[in-house]
Amino acid sequence: MSDFSDALARGDFVVTSEIGPPKGINIDKCLDEAEHLRGKVVAINVTDIQSAVMRFGGLATCHLLVERDLEPVFQMVCRDRNRLALQSDLLSACKLGVENVLCLTGDHNVLGDHPDSMPVFDLEAVGLLQCVRTLCEGRDMVGNELDGAPSFFPGAVVAPGADPVEPQIIRMENKIAAGAKFFQTQAVYDVDQFAQFMKQVGGFGVPVLCGLVLLKSAGMANFMNKNVSGVSVPKRLIDRLKADKAKTKSGETAVEIAVETIKGVRDLCQGIHIMPLGWDHLVPDIIDRAGLA
Amino acid sequence: MLVTELKPEEEILGSTESDASLFLVGCNGCASACETGGAENLPALQELLAGAGKTVTGTTTVDFLCDKSLVRSRLRPFSRQIVDSDSVLVATCGVGVQCVADSVLKRVRPACNTVNQGGTRGTWPGSERCAECGDCLLDKTGGICPITNCSKSMVNGPCGGTTSDGKCEVDRQRDCGWYRIYMRLKDLKALDQMKDVVPPKKHGNYLPSYEVMTGEHWAVDVPVAEEAKNE
Repeated sequence: MSDFSDALARGDFVVTSEIGPPKGINIDKCLDEAEHLRGKVVAINVTDIQSAVMRFGGLATCHLLVERDLEPVFQMVCRDRNRLALQSDLLSACKLGVENVLCLTGDHNVLGDHPDSMPVFDLEAVGLLQCVRTLCEGRDMVGNELDGAPSFFPGAVVAPGADPVEPQIIRMENKIAAGAKFFQTQAVYDVDQFAQFMKQVGGFGVPVLCGLVLLKSAGMANFMNKNVSGVSVPKRLIDRLKADKAKTKSGETAVEIAVETIKGVRDLCQGIHIMPLGWDHLVPDIIDRAGLA
Repeated sequence: MLVTELKPEEEILGSTESDASLFLVGCNGCASACETGGAENLPALQELLAGAGKTVTGTTTVDFLCDKSLVRSRLRPFSRQIVDSDSVLVATCGVGVQCVADSVLKRVRPACNTVNQGGTRGTWPGSERCAECGDCLLDKTGGICPITNCSKSMVNGPCGGTTSDGKCEVDRQRDCGWYRIYMRLKDLKALDQMKDVVPPKKHGNYLPSYEVMTGEHWAVDVPVAEEAKNE
């Protein structure tokens, strides 16, 4: 299977990161960002029309990574494709060298840049996980036999900071029952809260990678607190971002906070998933300073 | 008018499997016209339940189960029987099932599927909505419809978009349907129900049949027109 699944099976503390395809066909900058991550992370998530803002395709980007000998995690949302297209793209993905698939429901169209588009949501993340499993077993969703079955390492997401968190945990169990083999979480800033969460889900026996979003500014932190469900940046971190503007602007504060968070969660989970949102050049430094190199 | 059809007997017995006693509610409105939940249709359901060894603690029909004020006043005389029952089986459309669920703190189980009519809609006096999906799963969601109450119509729990005050990130005035379902199932001590993975919806059921679209099956205009022609 994939290097990512092998590393988790070995019990390594695994690091993944992500890139976001561009709005347009100039993909080189995005691939350069992936180059920053070479040798530092075991796999690179490629977002799928992230935040419902129309972009270059995730599957094509994944294939470009495979060509460069970088291992992708193909993110798949249910917002834009019905079950025919999802299954078809999964078959294509396998043939294009994709081994890891992250199954998501997806942000609603209304939150993106094409709010008048038709939301599909024929399946949702749980149904998509079931669909991946069925394809890997050699059948399509209605039981027709496939001429050549794909093979995937499927995963899902969870929001440890949701309040209440119990419905998220129940849904996490549904995702495991539907075939999720790993979880990458929504951004975590509160290590104590994450520890509580891990206490509740540790017994599920499925590896969890703690999500980190680099804090670029106090404004960004405030924006996330106001608008991103299940994410809360503590006031003490916002104060730190405000205190030394030059340090925040250079990314040094973001790196420090990320390194502290990694050290805090290191013994709680099976890895971290860094979402740099364009600050990919800082990821190697974070990994080195957290002692994960 | 909302068109209903009875769920298959095995599905009704499946959803009521854990119930030893049930209270049965029908509707004298659309469900009566559809011959699914009218007063004359309840004996067959009662027989089905009795045949499976269940006690029916009582039955009643309400003129319009979609009128919540009416539902509450009409069910009040039966409070004792309802409290003593393990669940309430409701033979009507998705709106009526949700109105009953909102009126009693009991598991409410739908006996019918609501058939899609391709755009024809009645009006609702309350906030309950039915998408006429033809594959009713109110039994699994505490009597609150995830198809109409969740902006993504999720069937297996909430996405990550629930705000800390239980609203939907798509429209912050709107309650997160799954937050409501979670709170409801918690009140009913039935949270385990959320772990029952629901298979992908049968979206083929949204395609209305020829009979429904042409109106010949339900509308009175055809015989009236025939009569007029004969005169």
